[in-house]
Amino acid sequence: MSDSPTTSVDDGVHAASDKPALVTLTDVNKHFGDLHVLKDINLEIGQGEVVVVIGPSGSGKSTLCRAINRLETIDSGEITIDGVRLPEEGRDLARLRADVGMVFQSFNLFAHKSIVDNVTLGPMKVRKQNAKQARERAMELLKRVGVDSQAEKYPAQLSGGQQQRVAIARALAMDPKVILFDEPTSALDPEMVNEVLDVMVDLAHNGMTMVVVTHEMGFARKAADRVVFMADGQLVEQADPETFFSSPQSSRAKDFLGKILSH
Amino acid sequence: MGELFSGMATLLEKYDVLGAFWMTIKLTVVAAVGSLVIGTVVAILRVAPIGALRIFGTAYVNTIRNTPLTLIVFFFAFGFMNTLGWSIAPRDSPTSLADNNFWFGVIGLSVYHAAFVAEALRSGINTVPAGQAEAARAIGLSFMPALTNVILPQAFRGAIAPLGTTLIALTKNTTVLATIGVAELSYIMSGMLEFNISLLFAIFVLIALAFVILTLPMGFFFTWLSRRLVVQR
Repeated sequence: MSDSPTTSVDDGVHAASDKPALVTLTDVNKHFGDLHVLKDINLEIGQGEVVVVIGPSGSGKSTLCRAINRLETIDSGEITIDGVRLPEEGRDLARLRADVGMVFQSFNLFAHKSIVDNVTLGPMKVRKQNAKQARERAMELLKRVGVDSQAEKYPAQLSGGQQQRVAIARALAMDPKVILFDEPTSALDPEMVNEVLDVMVDLAHNGMTMVVVTHEMGFARKAADRVVFMADGQLVEQADPETFFSSPQSSRAKDFLGKILSH
Repeated sequence: MGELFSGMATLLEKYDVLGAFWMTIKLTVVAAVGSLVIGTVVAILRVAPIGALRIFGTAYVNTIRNTPLTLIVFFFAFGFMNTLGWSIAPRDSPTSLADNNFWFGVIGLSVYHAAFVAEALRSGINTVPAGQAEAARAIGLSFMPALTNVILPQAFRGAIAPLGTTLIALTKNTTVLATIGVAELSYIMSGMLEFNISLLFAIFVLIALAFVILTLPMGFFFTWLSRRLVVQR
């Protein structure tokens, strides 16, 4: 059994390799000042694949997630989505971002807009759908995530779990190729975590391509095609969830799992 | 007390106080619109993704805000209007002179107060959490649509109180236009003082009252509005 934390282990990496890569990261590096937050990251995410990124705080997993739609810039390397390299800030990047959904830890619903207007804004302003069309679709999506009865309220009037489900509906309204989840349940009260995870599991089972940064190991077991373990800015290990949780290869992963699964 | 009221009645009879009051209101309203437009543009420049635009916006605010209003009004009225002979009103109109005074005065007021509007808006933009802009970008909105649909509507709500303060200052600052001969309240006040010194107190109270009638409700209105429109987070 290899004990080197820097060598990525091949087991399970190709679990979904029969599907063409939708997102690729090649030799990605990023620094925050002196801190090297992403170190030579190489990752391919296939069409319809659900990749869960786990790791200790400060391991760079959120930065990795945010780099994929360029909310964080990278210093070197290359990121492509559906074969297209991430462009510089501007119209092309906006167009590409429209195809990449994002769900934030702090929901970030537009505070001055009603729930339904939160969902219709992108389709109307970016996809140029008319109001009626966009609204119908928004109500459909809100029903799917179970908050259609709250459509005319404002974000501050909803619980955290409801807000996060609206945020997922907002992302879905753009018909994205992939959705990035940046710790979607970390800011939620414990009793609201499951209502959000249920929606995400449902999405995963319906073939959505997802990158999920999370501490929810239950979700990883239930819905992930692949678990990616990061520590200190490095991609240490990746495997299918069963393999990863039952027999982690690296000492960092063993250490991490030992700490979080001991209770 | 009775003397004061009879003095004020005399003044109202002899002078077109209502006309001057109306002029002050017109100056305030038109310059408020002008400064809001220019100030919004400057505020957008200050957060623009292009460095040169940001520098221009910052330079505008720092220069104009630290320049006396009188200088700016002279620059437009005596500089462009009188000496260079620029005209906004039709030259053959019988009110050409008064109209030009009005419009060049309004330009001066707008340019000056735009700097304060821009600052108020920038503080409003700072009240909008960074996550709002990130969410806007994440659904594919580029800079301007993100600004107009997500950031500015919230920024204006957060900036209502300082915008109100700016409007009150603008109302009082219209008096600077007396120096270029716009017949607003302080202009007729100086005329009154010259020929009716026995009514000194009545003159002061009358003109001061006219301003208080305008600015006091403004203050209440903006306080009410900022409470009503506050963005719940």
